[in-house]
Amino acid sequence: MAAPTMDRSTAAAPATPVQTLTISKALNMGLRAAMEANPKVIMMGEDIGKLGGVFRITDGLQKDFGEQRVLDTPLAESGIIGTAVGLAIRGYRPVCEIQFDGFIFPGFDQIVSQVAKLHYRTQGKIKMPIVIRVPFGGGIGAVEHHSESPESYFAHTAGLKVVSCSNPADAYWMIQQAIDCDDPVLFFEPKRRYYEKGEVDTTAQPGKLFESRVLRSGTDATLVAYGPMVRTSLDAANAAAEDGTSLEVIDLRTLSPLDLAPVFESVRRTGRLVVVSEAPSESSIASEIAAKVQQECFYSLQAPVLRVTGFDTPYPPSKLEEEFLPDLDRVLHAVDRSLAW
Amino acid sequence: MSSPEQWTHPEPDAAPAATAAKPTAEQVIAGLRATDEGGADLVQLLTPEGERVTHPDFDIDITPEELRGLYRDMVLIRRVDREANALQRKGQLGIWVPLLGQEAAQIGAGRAMRETDMAFPSYREHGIAWTRGINPTELLGIFRGTDQGTWDPVEKRFHPYTIVIGNQVLNAAGYAMGQKFDGRVGDDEGEATMCFFGDGATSQGDVHEGFVWAAVYDAPLVFFCQNNQWAISEPTERQSRLPLYQRARGYGFPGIRVDGNDVLATLAVTKWALDECRHGNGPILIEAFTYRMDAHTTSDDPTRYRLSDELEMWKLKDPIERVKVYLVRQQWADSEFFDGVEADADKLGEELREFCTNMPDPPAERIFSNVYAEGNPNLEAQRDEFLDYVSGFAGGEH
Repeated sequence: MAAPTMDRSTAAAPATPVQTLTISKALNMGLRAAMEANPKVIMMGEDIGKLGGVFRITDGLQKDFGEQRVLDTPLAESGIIGTAVGLAIRGYRPVCEIQFDGFIFPGFDQIVSQVAKLHYRTQGKIKMPIVIRVPFGGGIGAVEHHSESPESYFAHTAGLKVVSCSNPADAYWMIQQAIDCDDPVLFFEPKRRYYEKGEVDTTAQPGKLFESRVLRSGTDATLVAYGPMVRTSLDAANAAAEDGTSLEVIDLRTLSPLDLAPVFESVRRTGRLVVVSEAPSESSIASEIAAKVQQECFYSLQAPVLRVTGFDTPYPPSKLEEEFLPDLDRVLHAVDRSLAW
Repeated sequence: MSSPEQWTHPEPDAAPAATAAKPTAEQVIAGLRATDEGGADLVQLLTPEGERVTHPDFDIDITPEELRGLYRDMVLIRRVDREANALQRKGQLGIWVPLLGQEAAQIGAGRAMRETDMAFPSYREHGIAWTRGINPTELLGIFRGTDQGTWDPVEKRFHPYTIVIGNQVLNAAGYAMGQKFDGRVGDDEGEATMCFFGDGATSQGDVHEGFVWAAVYDAPLVFFCQNNQWAISEPTERQSRLPLYQRARGYGFPGIRVDGNDVLATLAVTKWALDECRHGNGPILIEAFTYRMDAHTTSDDPTRYRLSDELEMWKLKDPIERVKVYLVRQQWADSEFFDGVEADADKLGEELREFCTNMPDPPAERIFSNVYAEGNPNLEAQRDEFLDYVSGFAGGEH
């Protein structure tokens, strides 16, 4: 992968507010903006300093903000999260990078037992403004533990907020909003989409962090996705349109709390819903959406809510990931089943 | 003061110790050897017999008034502990975590701290809480089930009790890193952090990682390990091959073993360690060698796994008695003083009982309150639906 080089003059004061950026670069600029805005914002993680992180998301930040604000930490995820808790109590706003999705589990105890519960335990006397950035999902041909989708564990945990960006503009704004949030935020980054480009207006008023968004209007069925599956769903909607099928595509953006009002509104019109996610389906975000939609849209549904997901297996060897991951054809197949119900 | 037997066997019909365990002779000897002596490196300034002794590296100037204060602290917190234990037996608390036997370790460490220092406790640190100015009544709700700790951790510089073993060690390391990043370390006015955990916790990854973090960031952190010899039923040899204080060397900082039943030695060593940290020479590990004289919690039964001999031996090392002997021998305290402390203890116990039995149950809304700092509309809807459901019962229509 090409490490992006930072154009500092652009980052500090954009010459043109609208730029074409990768998700990776947009995250980098968003982190930089957050660090400039608040001296209490610090970065913590493995290899995030000189190296700029294995995905270069923090590229150049240690050089410009120093080793005390961009910490190359010892190699232990519980340590990263556990010390971030103490720093947050001390008044800092730590942004922790977990190098890969499958490495978050050593930090799981601290996330679930302390990060998620301290505000509740102390009834608001301690806040946990911590962001935990997680590059997640598959499709990059990696070895085991580098392609997982663990978001449901965290969405299932009260006290945490969970979001995922799907495009550069959201990447730029959502990371800053997550850092501004006084609640702990798990920030899932679609690693296989890091180098996809899109326009970012750094002066535009961003939407709210915890809101879903309709990306494409349609009338025949609704697709709901988040993170890396948003691109897949948009591609599927384009392909379906060529066959005369009109699909509405909603980017969830927030997984906890779920913002399903746009989904309910959509399903009441289309009567059909397909949820797309890389994570295994059982007890997942997709399951939760299906449950809530049947509760809220019972009389509008023309077909059962269908889920297109990874399988209920560990993530397979990467030669099999094309079969494991939902793709355009599997999404369209589910749409066909829904329409034919 | 009540007799030692009453500390550990509040129920008159309690089974005699160690009948269930039936240990072998080897186990008896190994157990006694492991807990008998702290070894040659043990820092002690006041022997179990109340003799003042010197130590080449650690000493302390203590005024009669200061020592009377430490004595009073220990007697009062022991009374709190025994009252709370009894309140559990009477059904007023769901569970209690006794500190009996660890009064000197906690009062010594707690009184070494300054107001500007921060403390991260485990869940047995009632004595530390006392020294941080937290009313013992504030500990009760945790064990009665009405709250999860009500004190303000920032104002009191005393973190909430942490129940997941070892979690707080990393949290303390992070806080101490923050003290350093804030430029509050490096001179006499510097700040430091103390972290409390037990011998069992030393096997946890978080404690190991806390050692690593504090070391590589030179954090002003005193790791205060109360080795009370037992992690519920598991002895320290199930946690470590070598004395716990020696572990510090592997992480690159000093480790000191102090007589945890000696309030003077604990105070002296902890003051030194905190000063080292506030000057930028942290971290430091202190192993306070002590003994858990009661059960792990009120739900535990130590007679199943340890020997009555061991308990009997440790009764002779009582942290309070040795101070009393010394105060009397030095003529630093008279019977009026001791009677006064007893009267204070009686009053405190009464207040505790009164408070506990009158604690109201929290309202149903409390389930939902403060889960998030910035709210969650889905949770608020769930709350409203539930409260609406509950209010139907309140109307008496069901």
